[in-house]
Amino acid sequence: MAHRSKYPPALILRTLAAWAVTLLLFFPLGWLILTAFKTELQAISVPPLVLFTPTLDNFLEVQERSDYLLYAKNSIVTSVMSTLLGLALAVPAAYSMAFFKGKHTKDILMWMLSTKMMPAVGALVPIYVLAQQSGLLDTQLGLVIIFTLSNLPIMVWMLYSNFKEIPHEILEAARMDGATLWQEYYRVLLPLSIGGLASTGLLCLVLSWNEAFWSLNLSSAKAGTLATLIASYSSPEGLFWAKLSAASLMAIAPIVVFGWFSQKQLVQGLTFGAVK
Amino acid sequence: MKKLLPRLLLAPAVMSLLMWMIVPLVMTIYFSVIRYNLMQPEVTGFAGLENFEYFLTDPSFSVAVVNTLLLLGSVILITVLMGIGISLLIDDPFPGRGAVRLLLISPFFVMPTVNALLWKHMMMNPIYGVLAQVWLFFGATPVDWLTDFPLGSVIIMVSWQWLPFATLIFMTSLQSMNREQLEAARMDGATYLQQLRYLYIPHLGRSVAVVVMIEMIFLLSVFAEIFTTTGGGPGDASTNMAFLIFKQALLNFDAGVASAGALLAVVLANIAAAFLIRMVGKNLDK
Repeated sequence: MAHRSKYPPALILRTLAAWAVTLLLFFPLGWLILTAFKTELQAISVPPLVLFTPTLDNFLEVQERSDYLLYAKNSIVTSVMSTLLGLALAVPAAYSMAFFKGKHTKDILMWMLSTKMMPAVGALVPIYVLAQQSGLLDTQLGLVIIFTLSNLPIMVWMLYSNFKEIPHEILEAARMDGATLWQEYYRVLLPLSIGGLASTGLLCLVLSWNEAFWSLNLSSAKAGTLATLIASYSSPEGLFWAKLSAASLMAIAPIVVFGWFSQKQLVQGLTFGAVK
Repeated sequence: MKKLLPRLLLAPAVMSLLMWMIVPLVMTIYFSVIRYNLMQPEVTGFAGLENFEYFLTDPSFSVAVVNTLLLLGSVILITVLMGIGISLLIDDPFPGRGAVRLLLISPFFVMPTVNALLWKHMMMNPIYGVLAQVWLFFGATPVDWLTDFPLGSVIIMVSWQWLPFATLIFMTSLQSMNREQLEAARMDGATYLQQLRYLYIPHLGRSVAVVVMIEMIFLLSVFAEIFTTTGGGPGDASTNMAFLIFKQALLNFDAGVASAGALLAVVLANIAAAFLIRMVGKNLDK
């Protein structure tokens, strides 16, 4: 208890306040986790139960009733593929704009960002019709293409602001020494920008995993992602809260845990280099 | 060669984005001036501006525009103000700061459909929901959130999702504050309010711009939260532009009217974007 004196009252007060706010904001998620381990009756008990014997039945039932694994597979495939495809398109573009700045570079960047501001719903009818006619409706490939395109502007922006921080001289020196474009990229640029690439990829992964507009409208039983699986639980009014919670927990746990590990990278990248 | 290579590298991204923009846009313009109902394929022909007239004179239209702006404005205001508050609170070290960071950022990774259902059922249900229990505990009458405050409920859900994002950006920004300057100000007896006014707030300017820009991109088209909870109702009380167009297209099957609405939404978004890009573009350009 001797070290107690190290904690001045102001610090104690601040700690308490910070924890109170945090727990309040985390509460809905914490409650979801608790509910996932309750029986349906416990889930709607009044007053709410905090202490109970946890059960795993809900998770098994979700898998049986709605084939969780199929949707999880769709989520993983679409988000990973669209991230890779997005990087393949965005890296060369960002490289070109950051190191060969032209008169119109700034305009192109702004234009790219402005495409992202158009509400996706503006393109809903044509995209739906196109997807239907090309047989891409409710397919993984269809979703991959859509996710890639809708994330592309942000990816280019993030990579551009990252590449811009790298001194030109280093690349020029490599070129002087006779490095090919690929060597220049692989041996010089890649090691220097690995952080930016990681944060861009991570963000794209999170955005695709959680994407709900296109997946709700363009996919269902075959290529549906976890976001659509959860939406299908919205119709039967209440009363299936434990199963809903279990399904939700299974849908968000992978990406939340993933986010925890990568939060520093992610935030750094999202600030477009504007916030140090 | 010197000019060709950069263009070649840029081309795939620009071309695919151009297609992504132009093809739907041209199709939307075409659909918006013809009669095109998915349920009545036999009704065809040039409609002129009928679809636009229908969409614009629909009383839902002005409601949706107002709701879109209200949603956008409230969420940005709430997340920026609370985000600044929380980031200041957790700026200096305290026991468990790492854990607090992890817990605080979590809602950002929750997918919109889960967020919506979690709040709709477990939190806001007027009988079994946690909020109802809290209200009862304090002797108040539980609120039927989704019926009585539909737009407010959606605002709460979306703010809950985006607050962690704002907080973390502000927190990152605060970490880079000039500590010596702060120390000096404290030594000279600057009150906390003075420190806020002259040191913290000016320092956060850039990151506020970043938060506003990114949130705006994502909040103009909030959809899943409305789709899974209120379904735009009661009436049009929680219908925004995105949801209104969706209703026309996939619930009323009227692709013509929906396309007209989509064009109007694009115009609205561009007006908003023009303001924003002017404001943020300056701020991000070093």
